Amino acid sequence: MFENLSAKLDKAFKTLKGQGRISDLNIAETVKEIRKALIDADVNYKIAKQFTDTVKEKAIGQNVLKSVSPGQLMIKIVNDELVTLFGGKTEGLSNSGNPTVILMVGLQGSGKTTHTAKLANFLKKQGKTVMMAAADVYRPAAIEQLKVLGEQIDVPVYFEAENKNPVQIAINALKAAKNKDIRVLLIDTAGRLSIDEEMMQEIGNIKSAVNPHEILFVVDSMTGQDAVNTAKAFNDILDFTGVILTKLDGDTRGGAALSIKTVVNKPIKFVGTGEKVDALDVFHPDRMAQRILGMGDIVSLVEKAQQVFDEDEAALIQKKLLKDQFTFQDFYNQIQQIKKMGNIKDLVGMIPGVGKAIKDIDISDDSFKGIEAIINSMTEKERQTPDIINGSRRKRLASGSGTDIQQVNQLLKQFEEMRKMMKNMSKMQGAGRSLKGLPFMK
Amino acid sequence: MGIFNFFSKEKLDTGLEKTKLNLFGKISKALVGKSSVDDSFLDELEEILVSSDVGIETTLKIIERLQKRVATDKYIVSSELNNLLKDEITLLLEENRSEIPTDFENLKGIKPYVIMVVGVNGVGKTTTIGKLANQFKKAGKKVVLGAGDTFRAAAVAQLKIWGERNEVHVVENGMNADPASVAFDTVKYANENNIDIAIIDTAGRLHNKINLMNELSKIKRVMSKIITDAPHEILLVLDASTGQNAFEQAKQFIAATEVNALALTKLDGTAKGGVVIGVADQFKIPVKYIGVGEGIDDLQLFNKKEFVDSLFKN
Ligand SMILES: Nc1nc2c(ncn2[C@@H]2O[C@H](COP(=O)(O)OP(=O)(O)OP(=O)(O)O)[C@@H](O)[C@H]2O)c(=O)[nH]1
Ligand SMILES: Nc1nc2c(ncn2[C@@H]2O[C@H](COP(=O)(O)OP(=O)(O)O)[C@@H](O)[C@H]2O)c(=O)[nH]1
Ligand SMILES: [Mg+2]
Ligand SMILES: [Mg+2]
Repeated sequence: MFENLSAKLDKAFKTLKGQGRISDLNIAETVKEIRKALIDADVNYKIAKQFTDTVKEKAIGQNVLKSVSPGQLMIKIVNDELVTLFGGKTEGLSNSGNPTVILMVGLQGSGKTTHTAKLANFLKKQGKTVMMAAADVYRPAAIEQLKVLGEQIDVPVYFEAENKNPVQIAINALKAAKNKDIRVLLIDTAGRLSIDEEMMQEIGNIKSAVNPHEILFVVDSMTGQDAVNTAKAFNDILDFTGVILTKLDGDTRGGAALSIKTVVNKPIKFVGTGEKVDALDVFHPDRMAQRILGMGDIVSLVEKAQQVFDEDEAALIQKKLLKDQFTFQDFYNQIQQIKKMGNIKDLVGMIPGVGKAIKDIDISDDSFKGIEAIINSMTEKERQTPDIINGSRRKRLASGSGTDIQQVNQLLKQFEEMRKMMKNMSKMQGAGRSLKGLPFMK
Repeated sequence: MGIFNFFSKEKLDTGLEKTKLNLFGKISKALVGKSSVDDSFLDELEEILVSSDVGIETTLKIIERLQKRVATDKYIVSSELNNLLKDEITLLLEENRSEIPTDFENLKGIKPYVIMVVGVNGVGKTTTIGKLANQFKKAGKKVVLGAGDTFRAAAVAQLKIWGERNEVHVVENGMNADPASVAFDTVKYANENNIDIAIIDTAGRLHNKINLMNELSKIKRVMSKIITDAPHEILLVLDASTGQNAFEQAKQFIAATEVNALALTKLDGTAKGGVVIGVADQFKIPVKYIGVGEGIDDLQLFNKKEFVDSLFKN
């Protein structure tokens, strides 16, 4: 997608050649392309307009450097502007009050309950005493859901099975928290639509009753154009203190983040990256910018990879790849590491451009089995110098591994293709993006 | 062409209040006997469609079709142009190859009729199942539900409450059970108990998680061991507030389970759900139901005309 946009921008910039400077005239097409890209990423229509106007102003007059294409330069300008907009530093939670009261609000199904538990878990790990309160009295089994999560993370849950008044429940929960010397109280609330006046009034009443130190607007990162309406309506009534952007483990570009940030100008404090209680991360403006632009979340990919890959070994592999000395033994070791990394396809999705190439090569989690068996049947020499694996050796490998000749051929072909691809990826490092530790990442 | 040609316009309105302009009201100054659509109309059309999540590609497609149509049909008063436009959008929602029943009464003689409900997290699958059970019961059908979300905290309990509300049986093997076996047991139960409709809930899953999508294929497969054609309806639930990611959702869920019907939920909110136009068009799958609230009665059969009209309301 990144390559895509960049190529489009270069094309749009055709008039720029020989002018050396971005001007009103030669930028028009480019700005259109950027706007389209933003709208495709679900940035609100009007905000995309506003945003590209700003970018245009910043871009005009800039010299196009020899080393980069005008398209790349524009992406850099857009990226920097996005990062600035999202705010430089990541903001934590308020620590004031005793207990600190955190109120979770948002639309139906956005992830409030799950993130109540994730935050509780997060705070508990910092050594704080935490309690959660179940103030969703509407959705079937909402209280039960929070109780189950509470058990999972070993955090007490305040609930009143018979009470249908969320304001009262919130008040009582606060009392209980004070009595028990709880440091942080998190209140889960029912999902509501911003045009549901009665329900919006109710959440306003909860706010007045318990004076939360944090009101977190929980929003689904897959949200489209409507994000602005909803965020604005919730903010008008609650003046919330921050945003949690959920379900970023998906493949949405997440343009809603830009829309929301622009309309309410509140910090995005956390992002949700999975269904489990530890799938919570602080917000990284740079990653979000890259994601919206479709550049792939390379940074977090690298970080994730580094957790598993040994740095020195990674550097070595990198070298081998560049020199075309990557062997089946390396391949085998990497499969073992990749397997440790969990959901592989998650990571693949983060690599710009490569996603497609990998689809064709198609290694699913299961298909490692056959590969491992074949590599295990190889002699040391075959592993180190795959080129020697001729017809008769292939036959031997097939019977030795309990696979067939086709599978062996396929593996050899895949290996060759991967070697090529990874070599290319390694080269990209020169472009300033560290892919250290990525060889064979699929 | 007015498409994305905003640079000639004056400084943009930065206010983000819900746009009050009514397209058809604004252009009521009649344009007489025209065979082309003028730029300011197209600009506004673009804004309305894109702001309803229709997406750029589909918006361009609609505009292209409208221009072709106008070139041959011509229009005299603006209301005629409006009708041509609505026509073209409705046509995109029309074309589908699906052979599934279109109401709650007539199930085309299939019994038990098995529906499997799929979608990403939090879109409204379980709630839609609760509402569907209500509709089918009202139509005189015997219903059973299968608690195939054994993953999300208290998911089984949630479906059981819907079962109680509808007074229908819920087949369940508890939390963390194998969802495929729940599906199997549900279809088996339906077969053995003279049930008309079995509806199977599944855990929400993001479409880019290969393992979870494979699991879904498996859940689907096991049902055919009891009834060859089951599940007869594979209903993908989309949330109206979702943006362009709905395309990718549709694509992946279709690949994993051969989805043949769509439900669009949360249309009672401010989101317009315009992305389904492109999804229905691209994948030739009909939108069958819409969700308009959290209550048991808040489900309707999809009405193309009403939906298209709603895109142009405030
Ligand atoms: N993949 C993924 N799923 C998530 C994430 N956060 C929440 N979910 C899932 O989204 C669904 C809805 O989450 P809930 O926490 O129940 O959402 P809620 O806002 O409390 O929903 P209501 O109370 O029904 O309004 C559940 O299936 C969660 O498991 C996330 O970051 N990633
Ligand atoms: N306003 C509104 N809320 C809905 C609708 N359908 C479902 N919901 C709510 O959305 C949330 C998630 O629904 P649920 O059925 O649990 O989603 P699932 O995770 O896909 O099974 C719940 O709070 C539902 O009450 C709808 O049509 N309108
Ligand atoms: Mg909840
Ligand atoms: Mg559910």
